[in-house]
Amino acid sequence: MIYAVAVFAPLFGALVAGLLGRSIGDRAAMAVSVLCMLVAAALGPIACFQLVGGDASAGTVSLGTWVDAGHFHASWALRYDTLSAVMVAMVCFVAMLIHVYSIGYMAHDAYPRYRFFSYLSLFTFSMLMLVTADNLLQLFFGWEGVGLCSYLLIGYWYDRPSANAAAIKAFITNRIGDLFFAVGIALIFFKFGSIEFSTIFPAVPQHGADTYSVLGGTYPAFEVIGVLLFIGAMGKSAQIGLHVWLPDAMEGPTPVSALIHAATMVTAGVFLVARMSPIYEFAPFALGLVTFIGATTALFAATIGCVQNDIKRVIAYSTCSQLGYMFAAAGVGAFQVSIFHLITHAFFKALLFLSAGSVIHAMSDEQDMRKMGGLWRMIPWTCAMMWIGSLALAGIPPFAGYYSKDAIISATYASGTGIGMYGFICTVLAALLTAFYSWRLLFMTFNGKSRADHHVLEHVHESPWVMIGPLLVLGTGAIVAGKLLDGTFIGEGWQEFWNGAIFNAPNNHVLAGLEHVPGWVEMSPLVVGLLGIALAYVMYIANPLLPMRLATMFRPIYLFLLNKWYFDELYDAIFVQPAIRLARMLWQTGDATIIDGVPNGLAEITVDGSRQAVKIQTGSLAVYAFVMLIGVVVLVGLFLVSR
Amino acid sequence: MIATVFFYIFAVVLLISAAMVVSSRNPVHSVLFLILSFFNAAALFLIAGAEFLAMILMIVYVGAVAVLFLFVVMMLDIDFAELRGGFQRYLPIGATVGAVLFIELALVISGWKFAPGAPTLRLAPVPAQVSNTAALGRLLYTDYVFLFQAAGLLLLVAMIGAIVLTLRDRKTSRHQIIRVQTERTVAETLEMVTVSIGAGVKDIGIFEPKVAEQEEPESAEETHHGH
Amino acid sequence: MGTEVGVGHYLVVSAILLVLGIFGIFLNRKNVIIILMSIELILLAVNLNLVAFSASLGDLVGQVFAMFVLTVAAAEAAIGLAIVVIYFRNRGSIQVEDVNLMKG
Repeated sequence: MIYAVAVFAPLFGALVAGLLGRSIGDRAAMAVSVLCMLVAAALGPIACFQLVGGDASAGTVSLGTWVDAGHFHASWALRYDTLSAVMVAMVCFVAMLIHVYSIGYMAHDAYPRYRFFSYLSLFTFSMLMLVTADNLLQLFFGWEGVGLCSYLLIGYWYDRPSANAAAIKAFITNRIGDLFFAVGIALIFFKFGSIEFSTIFPAVPQHGADTYSVLGGTYPAFEVIGVLLFIGAMGKSAQIGLHVWLPDAMEGPTPVSALIHAATMVTAGVFLVARMSPIYEFAPFALGLVTFIGATTALFAATIGCVQNDIKRVIAYSTCSQLGYMFAAAGVGAFQVSIFHLITHAFFKALLFLSAGSVIHAMSDEQDMRKMGGLWRMIPWTCAMMWIGSLALAGIPPFAGYYSKDAIISATYASGTGIGMYGFICTVLAALLTAFYSWRLLFMTFNGKSRADHHVLEHVHESPWVMIGPLLVLGTGAIVAGKLLDGTFIGEGWQEFWNGAIFNAPNNHVLAGLEHVPGWVEMSPLVVGLLGIALAYVMYIANPLLPMRLATMFRPIYLFLLNKWYFDELYDAIFVQPAIRLARMLWQTGDATIIDGVPNGLAEITVDGSRQAVKIQTGSLAVYAFVMLIGVVVLVGLFLVSR
Repeated sequence: MIATVFFYIFAVVLLISAAMVVSSRNPVHSVLFLILSFFNAAALFLIAGAEFLAMILMIVYVGAVAVLFLFVVMMLDIDFAELRGGFQRYLPIGATVGAVLFIELALVISGWKFAPGAPTLRLAPVPAQVSNTAALGRLLYTDYVFLFQAAGLLLLVAMIGAIVLTLRDRKTSRHQIIRVQTERTVAETLEMVTVSIGAGVKDIGIFEPKVAEQEEPESAEETHHGH
Repeated sequence: MGTEVGVGHYLVVSAILLVLGIFGIFLNRKNVIIILMSIELILLAVNLNLVAFSASLGDLVGQVFAMFVLTVAAAEAAIGLAIVVIYFRNRGSIQVEDVNLMKG
């Protein structure tokens, strides 16, 4: 019951703020939505603790039927198991904090704020629907809902063309993934005859030998399903190939970036893979693909993050990279580890984003790090929070990231497969780069001499308590969450904790193997992390001119990284320009000439024909008489002939 | 026998005069030839036994219509020479079409067959003892009286139409405008003058009518529309 | 053609008269009065036809109809001539080909 309330409270807040916001005013709308989020944030974790603590039992909260057509049944139901409950607790809590933060961040915004809060709450509701879905259709509903809200929120400041373009880019890129996802759902229905988890998961062993023919080849059905679902996850979680929307999504307000593009929406892909673990465990090729893509993304995004100058973009690429980590873990069968990292990442990444928002707020909306510097004296709380977040991200003990990130790296090593090794190497290298760019960000922003102009410097002030408060809560989480949750998520008690919510095949011993990796493997993330910090120190504190010299020496590489490996240009050439040309051709030739030409041509023919026909009216009496006479002759002739 | 001869005489003259109507150079000749055709047609009617119709033809066609034609021909000052210009050009095609039409009519007529029961289907059989006129009268005023009335209306409309078309409003003709008359006020018409004893009309000064200045230019203008 | 004058003879005469009338319209395109006279000829041919049949069939309806045709022909001649008169009054000529304001 409280589970259902936790899920639907944000919807209520969204509806009130959105539909009545204009009449009840900004403050009332904000109050209602924040209140609803507080309720959800209270009830969500309570429901989770009840389930974990044994007070409540796993099951489904049925809400009603949605589709009932022939053999296809879909209902509205909330799945109440560990995976969902944990996600609900995290989403509600973090979303509540961000709602509170937004009160302060959007205080000086030009637009009425009820729209923002309505969208935020709507997004929260969609995400909750996604994670509590008991069938694939409801999950897809939540999937689409978060995509929609992402679009609405990225383009929140709709008078900016760049924001509009970024919103469309996000939506379309997600759409490509969603297409494959939908095909995957259809294939699941085709093979299993149902899309409800409670029907599919027990039936998985029976369909083990199923095959599916596509594109000329016959493949095991699970592999095809796994790949299709993963492509959908790639779109949502911005993995390499479909990642192009995530950096541009920073056009939205910072709370949006924190909530959607750090903690919740982008993690939906990871959640999907974990949720579908019963199928994935029997699709080794798909899992291998997951690891490969994830590890490659982790490294790829980290390289780009090293040279970006926009503070939010660095953190965005960091998110992209960390998602790659989660997928790398999921791909080797350690779904629990990926969910663990998802939870801790939610805390410290949201913390980083909100702190960055605080910095931007202090710097009067300046986001370029090259114009910052020396801020630690002026905004000490923000600086401290950012340090905590970065320490957690880099995996320095005892912060949260240390437990989850190291577990991922160990899991890739412990898997023993070739692709696991590849994942291991990529994740270790990415860890080095992660530490490097995180401290690069810190040093460029807070240390050294200030590079801002003095107008901006005069306005630098610490953020109000309504913004600092959530930062403190998240910071606490970033510190302790790892230690607290390590034991339950992946430690000794993991099997009782998960209680079948995530499935592991009988031959999947990765989690057990985590304990038994060699010592150097365990130490490697910490070592490379410290190395990265040292490198950043050298380049940005000790020798500030070094970065510029390196950039000029290795200019092509620098430009390659700065331009995001030229992915946008590549896609532009392959997809966008041909599409524009095709559209132009269809418009000018197809539509204007051919389709418009038909009725226009008919009209012109009619007009011309009548112009010709009107020449019969010569006005000459004699001609008229003659014509009448001819008519008589013809008629009589016809009469004669027919007789 | 006699009837046949007379028939041929009248028929030939009719056709020749009809040909002359259309090909005569002088329009007055055309009209006169038209009158001749009417006469011969009336004679043919008589031979056929329709004496009333023959007389009517004379009275109406010759007496009214042909004379009307003559009036108009003489009244209009037309240069007929130039009107004959296209005669030669259209002769071949006209003749062709005419010939075609005649052939068709001939074919129609030659293939004419009366239906077997035709003799018994008479709408208005000729009564035996009565003259043609009386028979027609009996038929016209009983069975076809509505058509008769309609024909009368038609003539009325034609008459009105002809008058309306050709009537010219002559400004010199005086007619009453009732509205102006009834709206006349005392002030416009009557002026009280005290006359001293023994004063003559000249001394009072009432000889010239008051609105003489306005009327004169008006009438002077109108007389310039010469006819 | 036999010695007896039958319907056929009358019909032939009527046919020739009709053709002459049409011929007349054709040839005299410029002289509207001749055209009107040709129309009278055509109507006369029709009347002859009706009377011939009325006589041969012994049915008076033909003659009644011929009388109505007569009436209409007279009315039409009157109106036609009135139009010619006004036209001449306005234009100064009776060139029928000038009457082409309704030209399309």
